[in-house]
Amino acid sequence: MTNVIYILWLRQIKRYLRSPSRIIGSLGQPILFLFALSFGFGPIFQKAGQGNYLEFLAPGVIAMSILFTSVFSGIEIIWDKQFGFLKETLVAPVSRFEIMLGRTLGGATVAVLQGLIVFTISLIAGFKPISSDGFFLSIIIMLLTAILFTALGTAIASVLDDIHGFQMIMNFLIMPLFFSFWSDVSFARLKWNFSSHYHD
Amino acid sequence: MRRQKEKIKIHTVIIVKNLTKNFNGFKAVNDISFRVNKGEIFAFLGPNGAGKTTTIKMLTTLLLPTQGEIKINGFDPLKEQDQVRHSFGIVFQDQSLDDELTAWENLEFHGILYNLPKNLRHKRAKELLALVELWDKRQHLVKTFSGGMKRRLEIARGLLHHPKIFFLDEPTIGLDPQTRNKIWEYLKNLNLKEQITIFFTTQYIEEAEKVAQTVAIIDHGKIVAQGTPTKLKRQTRAKTLEKAFLIFTGHQIREEEATIADQLRLRRKIWRRR
Repeated sequence: MTNVIYILWLRQIKRYLRSPSRIIGSLGQPILFLFALSFGFGPIFQKAGQGNYLEFLAPGVIAMSILFTSVFSGIEIIWDKQFGFLKETLVAPVSRFEIMLGRTLGGATVAVLQGLIVFTISLIAGFKPISSDGFFLSIIIMLLTAILFTALGTAIASVLDDIHGFQMIMNFLIMPLFFSFWSDVSFARLKWNFSSHYHD
Repeated sequence: MRRQKEKIKIHTVIIVKNLTKNFNGFKAVNDISFRVNKGEIFAFLGPNGAGKTTTIKMLTTLLLPTQGEIKINGFDPLKEQDQVRHSFGIVFQDQSLDDELTAWENLEFHGILYNLPKNLRHKRAKELLALVELWDKRQHLVKTFSGGMKRRLEIARGLLHHPKIFFLDEPTIGLDPQTRNKIWEYLKNLNLKEQITIFFTTQYIEEAEKVAQTVAIIDHGKIVAQGTPTKLKRQTRAKTLEKAFLIFTGHQIREEEATIADQLRLRRKIWRRR
């Protein structure tokens, strides 16, 4: 059983590492957020006495990239259905549960790798984590988040045949989460507005 | 009783009785029965949409039958799924390799799914890759392969776990005649050497006639005739299997190619038989 899960996991890691365009392409959005927002809001945030804006922004951007990567890893199942590879696993003498588990762990690992890349980029951008303990704890949280959302994406993808339909449904599910991250940002802006009023 | 059961197990590897599949009222497979003996090459001949793939799906645990009984290597696909899955290898109609992996990795993936120990897995993979002449290309990504090479790799993969029965769903469709011959060369070779039972579907009449010991003609979900090619020809007093097919089904295998001339020829034949 562990062998089966391992090979399904390994397949996904190999596919990820062999597709540089996928790695680089999915970094575009986080990089945009990290740099554009920190250049834009950073100085104002600091002026308002809130400290380093990147320390506030970076964890959100990391979480966001994990969220997107893991949820959309469900697409691979639909992909495999269309290209026929899924049949190869379905006629094999393994349980459906093992197939789901292997795929979910594979997708989650890819998402965490993606998160770690974004983390490295945020370090370059000037993000300073508070402590190493916090770093390890955050990796566990990253992993748990990734597993949860990969499982969700995998579950939904396994009952769908249509890639476009999957994207629509997932966007509908992700957007509230994504906006909750943004509302935090705008809440910070609001706070700054209020505090600057009082200073005046 | 027990002895008799064992005897059946040895000689007949596929038993299908009154198998039916309904899709929302449409009978894709309609009450078919047949047996395939061990070591036999069995062809399922019919046009597109005749129910060939549906039958293979039911035999290989991918689809539940509406009605009927199936025994694969003595096991019931409904109750003993894992044993059935260990008993057969399959080449699907559509390509089912992982393009982003190498030929070797595809075989490794398969071997691990079927729980083969490492040394056995590697030995067999080497042997099969040599047989289908892909050993030199084992480290290449499958996406760089041609259609014929992919087919050959799929055949090697399907045989990796020493299956008793090998299902091939239109294995030579879309391949040039040379590659087609080559593939049948490998398969016949394996059939002789390892006594593998081969069950394949095809819409090429000449292919069925050339390689199969038994041919079942399926049309609109029903088996209209089955037997050795010689028997089918004798039954219809036709010179070729193609003509026999025409008489059994009343149309050419590729309907778009059937012309008024065909229909006239058919009518003439039916008149002559009276």
